[in-house]
Amino acid sequence: MALSTNTTHHTQTLTVTLHINGKDYNLELDPRVTLLDALREHLALSGSKKGCDHGQCGACTVLLNGRRINSCLALAVACQGAEIVTIEGIGEGEKLHPVQQAFIEHDAFQCGYCTPGQICSAVGMLREVEAGWPSVVSADLTAHHIDLDEDEIRERMSGNLCRCAAYANIVPAITEAAQQRQTTDKEAHR
Amino acid sequence: MKPFRYERAQDASSAVALVSQSEQAGYLAGGTNLVDHLKLGVSQPDVLVDITQLPYDRIEALPDGGVRIGALVRNSDLAADMLIREKFPFLAQALLAGASGQIRNQATVGGNLLQRTRCVYFQDVSKPCNKREPGSGCPAREGYHRSMAVLGTSEACIATHPSDMAVPLVALDARVYVLSPQGERCVPLLDFYRLPGTEPQRDTVLEHGDLITALEVPGLPFATHSRYRKVRDRASYAFTLVSLAAAIDVDRGVIRDSRLAFGGLATIPWRAHKAEAVLRGAPATEETFLQAAEAELADARPLQENAFKVQLARNILVRMLQDLLEEKNS
Repeated sequence: MALSTNTTHHTQTLTVTLHINGKDYNLELDPRVTLLDALREHLALSGSKKGCDHGQCGACTVLLNGRRINSCLALAVACQGAEIVTIEGIGEGEKLHPVQQAFIEHDAFQCGYCTPGQICSAVGMLREVEAGWPSVVSADLTAHHIDLDEDEIRERMSGNLCRCAAYANIVPAITEAAQQRQTTDKEAHR
Repeated sequence: MKPFRYERAQDASSAVALVSQSEQAGYLAGGTNLVDHLKLGVSQPDVLVDITQLPYDRIEALPDGGVRIGALVRNSDLAADMLIREKFPFLAQALLAGASGQIRNQATVGGNLLQRTRCVYFQDVSKPCNKREPGSGCPAREGYHRSMAVLGTSEACIATHPSDMAVPLVALDARVYVLSPQGERCVPLLDFYRLPGTEPQRDTVLEHGDLITALEVPGLPFATHSRYRKVRDRASYAFTLVSLAAAIDVDRGVIRDSRLAFGGLATIPWRAHKAEAVLRGAPATEETFLQAAEAELADARPLQENAFKVQLARNILVRMLQDLLEEKNS
């Protein structure tokens, strides 16, 4: 996975392979290109949105090695070797991810611009809950099980802003997706 | 954004050598503050050396009950670590009170220590700022300063240190391990941050090329009874106005020892030594707590818009010590 370099004048071009949604993409990139711009401008994967471009709004959220991150704050060349999942790859082909389905059923958006980031963030957040990660509002910091109530969801999703203020429907959507996940897990363990 | 060359370091010594070669070179880890600074023009490196492949990503228990934390451990992994949650709860709480879930997954512990102030003038290259451009002036005293520091300030700079994580770490007497071309050294975190004085451009005692490799937190049994409280303008994902990391050791109504540090109040993560001195050996009463707060805040130099921070800091200190005492007794 060596990076190859072609330096002319003051700018550098690197040959980078990015693993996105199960596919490999070879790109020639200036190191200044963020992962978000690589996705949107170089690969036409425009599902990830550019809101603030400063890590404040979460519209650009993707999963990097299974974890949610802000793609606007990551340099694409530094993501070589990582497994990247964007909103385009969150479901299985035509089958929607349960979080996507829950957003539709609960009408958890208005303009939809923040929605890909909200969904990717929620998927990453639910994994964090399953791993037993506490949040700053968790009453018992050492508990292994998280009771994912409304306070927990709002705190854990605070990195995703929605200017339409669809939060009132986003929270129930995530609650339902979390409950479904638990039920599926229990069935799997029977 | 100014062009720069990207290098991926294969080992620590070559990373240090690469950055030491050029005054404008820098390290890239999580990038959550640096990439933003590249976009804003606050940082203009000619070379960025990516250190994320270096083997500094472990959390290890120390024989004295403390913990060694690799510089590349992500903020979220440190907050979720059961050893930290059990032995140093206020450190886990401070980490979880900082930034967002996404940023905690990206940001590293070493980078968190080195993040720079969010002062609006520092981040706006069209404005003068003594920290960004020494000698250019500071518009904050006459301009927007509601979020600025009231302790540790100088004529040149009143910018607040932004880290939550560093606040319990200064309370815990953490040590920073640093690699330079001359070898490895250990810097107590209490000596790590510099007051702005006449050189606000230097946040820390680190020299160019220095690489943080690890942090060590010595064991402190009474830190199991500790708390971090952060007051901010919105309930989540905002920088602190005033925060406090507190641990207290009380025996039959008398304070044996305490650890206190403020965030958002000063130009550096502020260890409240004067308050601790008042508390030591004193009865655990509201009166003592007030005296401790007054002792620490006597040197505060507030301005019109940030004067509220002094009262807020006093209230937080008294209330948090009362809460910790009640929990202990219940």
